[in-house]
Amino acid sequence: MRGTTERALPPNEVPQACQHLVEKGARLQMAYAWFPESGGHPEVLYLADQGPYQPFSLLRCRLSEGSDGLPSLATNIPLLGWYEREMTDLCGISFQGHPELRPLVLHEGAHPPIPPLDPRYPKGEMIPYTEEPWDLPPVEGSDVQMLPFGPVRGDVLESAQIVFYYVGEAILHCHPRLFFKHRGMEKRFEGLSPALGTLIAERISGVDSVAHALAFCQAVETASQCEVPERARYLRTILAELERLYNHLHYLGHLCHTTTLKVGEAQGKLLAEQCKQLNGVFTGSRFLRGLLKPGGLRRDLDLRALAARLRALEPDIAGYMAALENTNSHLDRLITTGHLPHQTAFDQGATGPIKRASGIQHDLRCDHPYAAYGRLSMEIPLRTEGDAHARSQVRMEEIRNSLALLLRALEDLPEGPVDTEIAWPTGGEGLGWCEGPRGSIYYCVHFDATGKLARVKVKSASFSNWRVFPFTVHDTNMMDYAINEASFGLTMAGCDR
Amino acid sequence: MPIWTLYGMKRGIATTLWPGKENAKVQPGVLGLPRFQPDRCQDNCRACAEVCLPGAIGIEAGSGDERLTIDYGKCIGCQLCTESCPNDALTKSEDWAFGVQNREDLVWAEALASKPAQELTKNIQKCFGRSLHIRHVDAGSCNGCESELQALNNPYYNLHRLGIFFTPSPRFADLLLVTGSVTYAMRGPLLETYNAMPEPRWVMAMGTCAVSGGATGGGYSCAHGVEGILPVDIYVPGCPPNPAAMIHALLLLLNRAAQFVQGGHLAK
Repeated sequence: MRGTTERALPPNEVPQACQHLVEKGARLQMAYAWFPESGGHPEVLYLADQGPYQPFSLLRCRLSEGSDGLPSLATNIPLLGWYEREMTDLCGISFQGHPELRPLVLHEGAHPPIPPLDPRYPKGEMIPYTEEPWDLPPVEGSDVQMLPFGPVRGDVLESAQIVFYYVGEAILHCHPRLFFKHRGMEKRFEGLSPALGTLIAERISGVDSVAHALAFCQAVETASQCEVPERARYLRTILAELERLYNHLHYLGHLCHTTTLKVGEAQGKLLAEQCKQLNGVFTGSRFLRGLLKPGGLRRDLDLRALAARLRALEPDIAGYMAALENTNSHLDRLITTGHLPHQTAFDQGATGPIKRASGIQHDLRCDHPYAAYGRLSMEIPLRTEGDAHARSQVRMEEIRNSLALLLRALEDLPEGPVDTEIAWPTGGEGLGWCEGPRGSIYYCVHFDATGKLARVKVKSASFSNWRVFPFTVHDTNMMDYAINEASFGLTMAGCDR
Repeated sequence: MPIWTLYGMKRGIATTLWPGKENAKVQPGVLGLPRFQPDRCQDNCRACAEVCLPGAIGIEAGSGDERLTIDYGKCIGCQLCTESCPNDALTKSEDWAFGVQNREDLVWAEALASKPAQELTKNIQKCFGRSLHIRHVDAGSCNGCESELQALNNPYYNLHRLGIFFTPSPRFADLLLVTGSVTYAMRGPLLETYNAMPEPRWVMAMGTCAVSGGATGGGYSCAHGVEGILPVDIYVPGCPPNPAAMIHALLLLLNRAAQFVQGGHLAK
């Protein structure tokens, strides 16, 4: 696969190779499977980040006749646990020795006749679904109560279910039942031309539209060895930072909602609204959709007036964040809430502002620069406290950095074309990545012999962070739950896909 | 805390005058669904249909000639057709007030049949006065619709001023507002929520996914929107519909705004 150094291995050598990567300081980023030919055996791929400026490492393992599975790595590398369960559900691959053998993506009661990602799965046919009892962890003790919260929750929220086991105010255990919103988005890419694939990528998670479309476009461009013009690189950077800006401001407003700081909530959401309106005025879309395409941008943007508009917003945003940091009632609810230790964050695969609040210094924009990030210097905030306050502080710092980055990119914005000719590679593969507002996003794109998309794997930031989140809920109290969830800034659509 | 009260007061009123003052432009620059001018359409050109991912643009074999069919209920506003059309038969527009009571009104029709006024919401004012309580259910959206629904309660749109509220319990709700194309796992919770609502009750399909499935309907885990699962009273296409379009649709349900779209045409 272009964009990586790769190695093909037989199934029995995979655990040792992964272990070796980890010992060398690499961190596994994701694993997925695909079917290179219809009716054939699947191939499993493991992606690892070997450190700043190092190429990504890819291990490929083709399952052969007689081997219907792989040894599970989830015990030693816990963050792979969900990826393995996902492969079991969607590709029918079994992992021997998995510590948590229950379905993840497909709910109890969904029994597809053949795995949905198998090319032989009848196109457009919905999985037969019947109500079946939930597969919940057993709990003993007469005082322990169970509360299933969701999937339809209060307010305007995305669908997810959190099952609490609690005594009084104390949460003993929390068991999220997610993937209510699983739409089978990865399958939708199959057979499409990459130009239309961008539209699907934009709709994986609406509030991360640019990040997903950018990672997808970069994967396609890497596969077809296409060099994007300089102006397009800068414009892509500007769009990605505009997206970060409105997301983080909304995040601060929503966090105030959970700590019942009403004016703080109103102001945060108003600032987010003003940013969305700027998006509308300058790009035609409040979610910055319909702009990216493989090879560059669909049309040029006139951003001459944007810098002045951002400068006008800057003091408002700075004043707002300073006021939040001076409000004891707000800080009281955040400090020490939802503590995520460094080691847990690393082992369970935390990403984005979550990991940077738990002392893991890593940001794809700096470590593996894309678009125009390599030409613009920036600072990456880091906190080590690992609590809700640290997570909000990292985002505040990112807002300041985004504004500075935007103003500099607008100043340096070169003239020139915004797109270039691109030929779809036949049978090619490419890796693309992007640091979205919520963390790292990876796209692996496989082409078929006619230049159409054969398989697209989407690793979203929320998939990683939902895996981590319950570790900060166990053994806390009910009162803090909403604050803790808000401090993670998760999306369901990105996680469930 | 008093600091925050002062902080809020010093910032003054942030709320838009719309829809009270009709001329207040609420969505400057935001592109809506493309506008269709069939007289400019060139024979045997399929450029737009080929780039239409959700199949909103189709080709119908007529007597002799091929004819374009356009279903705005499937349109995701990606603007690819406007970029591919060689003759500007499809152009970018800022048309967003696409809330309708009849699904057919989203399908482009050459001649406008004059339909009788809808009976559906005739008595809604008698029931609720000017107020409305909404229960929202996310049945598998991309969260674009949720983001815009949450924006309704920000100080700019300030939905409360119109007497419209989101309510946590379906027992208090008059309107079930559905987003997303209805995944297999959300179908059950969606029906349960509807069944928990007291009568009379209404259903709104918000966003192209809920109206027709859009770009995400079908496949191994999704239905094609709410239709066929619940009786829909108002359809609002858009990907996502912008907050002003959402407010317009809510007022349309309450007989407090007129329907602008008929047969796929937007009234001037």
